[in-house]
Amino acid sequence: MSSSDIRPRVRVPRSASVNEVVLLRTLITHPMETGNRVDPDGTVVPRHIINRFTCRFNGEMVLDMEIEPSLSANPFIEFEASVPESGEFAFTWIDDDGSVYEESASISVS
Amino acid sequence: MQFSRRRTLAMGLGGFAVTLIPIPVSADMQALITDFTGGADLAEGPLQITAPDIAENGSAVPVSVTCPGAKSIRILAPANPNPEVCTVHFGPLAARGMASTRIRMAETMDIIALAEMPDGSFVQAAVNVQVVVGGCTG
Repeated sequence: MSSSDIRPRVRVPRSASVNEVVLLRTLITHPMETGNRVDPDGTVVPRHIINRFTCRFNGEMVLDMEIEPSLSANPFIEFEASVPESGEFAFTWIDDDGSVYEESASISVS
Repeated sequence: MQFSRRRTLAMGLGGFAVTLIPIPVSADMQALITDFTGGADLAEGPLQITAPDIAENGSAVPVSVTCPGAKSIRILAPANPNPEVCTVHFGPLAARGMASTRIRMAETMDIIALAEMPDGSFVQAAVNVQVVVGGCTG
């Protein structure tokens, strides 16, 4: 799979009130190859997964997740954050092959 | 001690309740738990796992964990080839300590979640999910 097929997507509310708890949804298209699978000619398909996901808001950590092969393909991760001020959520997905996929979304807080 | 009918029934129910408490047995599982807890005792606590009773497709079973105030939560699927699923560390803005994802399940099993509380103690929870088609070999 080429890295151009791997596409992160996030859903973040556009606005919120101060310290409101908002729901964040993220999805990245990724095969999450476990390393256990054997292809038809008998060779083991090497492990290739997203091994870490992080979300920061204005540089401050919201969630840092270590991921193992037992997470499903196309990892879907949903979580909450409380937003003290307007700013930007920065999401990163770290691939076994060293690639880092990034996405960001801003929210206005009033 | 007299065994009245009522008391005997109550004892039976007590025995049933004990069997509901998850006791991880395998050495691999114990290693994964100790790796997270550092050998600390596990108690029951505010940790909740939400998952379907029956999952048609083991390759993507929706699982949600919530533990208000938790520093981190580890999810384990003991019967999987890779029993460790993920470890979530919550930052200062993580609100109520909720994370939801989809996991692979090889077969019917109890999913185990462990959470580290702000005071450094650990709690655990388990929930049984019946898997119709396993999702680890495909």
